[in-house]
Amino acid sequence: MQAKALVKRFGEFEAVRGIDVEVRPGEAFGFLGPNGAGKSSTMRMIACVSPRSEGDLRVLGMDPDADGPRIRARLGVVPQEDNLDTELTVRQNLHVYGRYFGLSRAQVRQKAIELMEFAQLSDRAEKPVESLSGGMKRRLTIARSLVNDPELLLLDEPTTGLDPQARHLLWDRLFRLKARGTTLIVTTHYMDEAEQLCDRLVVMDGGRIAAEGSPADLIARHSTREVVELRFAPGEQQDAAGRVDGLAERVEVLPDRVLLYTMTGEATLERVHERGLRPLSSLVRRSSLEDVFLRLTGRTLVD
Amino acid sequence: MTISATGRVVGRFHGAWLRVEGHWTWYRRHWLSTLYSTGLQPVLFLAAMGLGFGSQVQAGPATGGYSYLVYVTPALLVAGAAQQAIGESTYPVLSGFKWQKDYVAVTSTPVSPGQVLGGHQIWTALRLVISGAVYALVALLFGGWTNAGAVLVVLAGVLTGMACGSMVTGLAAWTFDEGQRFGLLFRFVVIPMTLFSGTFFPIAQLPLYVRWLAWISPLWHGTELSRAVTLGGYGLLPVLGHLAYLAVLIAVGWTIAHRGFYRRLVA
Repeated sequence: MQAKALVKRFGEFEAVRGIDVEVRPGEAFGFLGPNGAGKSSTMRMIACVSPRSEGDLRVLGMDPDADGPRIRARLGVVPQEDNLDTELTVRQNLHVYGRYFGLSRAQVRQKAIELMEFAQLSDRAEKPVESLSGGMKRRLTIARSLVNDPELLLLDEPTTGLDPQARHLLWDRLFRLKARGTTLIVTTHYMDEAEQLCDRLVVMDGGRIAAEGSPADLIARHSTREVVELRFAPGEQQDAAGRVDGLAERVEVLPDRVLLYTMTGEATLERVHERGLRPLSSLVRRSSLEDVFLRLTGRTLVD
Repeated sequence: MTISATGRVVGRFHGAWLRVEGHWTWYRRHWLSTLYSTGLQPVLFLAAMGLGFGSQVQAGPATGGYSYLVYVTPALLVAGAAQQAIGESTYPVLSGFKWQKDYVAVTSTPVSPGQVLGGHQIWTALRLVISGAVYALVALLFGGWTNAGAVLVVLAGVLTGMACGSMVTGLAAWTFDEGQRFGLLFRFVVIPMTLFSGTFFPIAQLPLYVRWLAWISPLWHGTELSRAVTLGGYGLLPVLGHLAYLAVLIAVGWTIAHRGFYRRLVA
């Protein structure tokens, strides 16, 4: 997938403002950004269901404007919201959907068995989708997207709204796909998800790309090794924030906590105490993509 | 490591037909309940109006000399078809975009919005054939038919249903709220249309200043067709005119719907 100066406009509003992205075969690539950053609009253009307003776009070597159906035949799409047929059974959902890719009845029957196994839904095969839990529905949506053995799988916010256990199960399935050679493109506003899944990612904000690289690379470039998080009693934070100057390379004051960016967290925390500051709680941790995002945009990812 | 996808692009008609296959998968589980709602209602009307009310009506020039039962039997098939097609084209279509989002799901496969719409149309037509045939058989037991024109009445029902359904599909494709207007449609269009389109009495009984409402109603044209093939006494030209009118409505509704489908699904 290659995009050059890609733009998407809806009337006056510019959702995507000229992005350059290249995703290589077999790679797991992420679009990280808050809601409204232009991630989903980008995904819809790649999925060939939204014509680009400007720029150049190639998906699997073809032009979506000219070859939409041919590209879609080789894609898998996991939308942000599950759009399964809730009145059909798990198995029927896979059968019916597979047929849209021109697969024979025998092929979809075989594939459905394999995919239900993969998604750990074999024991629910004849159950209507209505009766499944959120995590199961999500797994079925992913299983459904694999019915045509896609070369490129697009996942829009794959684990939003799932509990931690369901998320880990999903991630595990995605690792297996990647191991098989499927190219993954993921949008997410969870930095842990991006760190877990993506070889490389771009941070998007306001329709533009703010940074690009591997998770480790981005952290090394845009943040320090460690972060000290300080929480103060209500009303004391502002005063305290004024007194940490010079203790860290960079200080971020958020509504509920103060972040000190430093190479060695423990040492910095000691010096905070030496200055007579008494936070309610403190935490030393490694820098994450969340910090990269905060640095690049001045805002947190999940509000 | 490279993998190669097994999907391929399906043909134009094939894509629409696959949608029908999908609907059929659903129908196999739910046919009984749908037949109850779409097949039973016209039969109840037939029993009440044709047999009950009809027993008090003298055959006369207004009924073409036939019993009221024979007069009303074909028209009730067509009226039932119109109602069914309209029902199938309101919330179910809006849901495809908005709630169930099955249209969104399907158009991320090689199947296009135009094929999704085509599938909806073919499926509606097939459903009309099924419920029309069931009604025709029941009416046969009631003695509502005098000749084999009944078979053509099923077709008149399909055509009328498609004319109404296509227009309403066009409306649904351009409906962005929760579909409040469908309630108004039923109250102020569908029910008056059912009552005053010549189903129960000739529209010649309507005052001239409202008769034009019957003339533009697709149901009146379908009703005339249904009587032309069962009761006879109609010229070829009016029959062609009714057919043409219904065909135009199908084409107009389909075109409006087509634009709406693309506008919503490819944006």
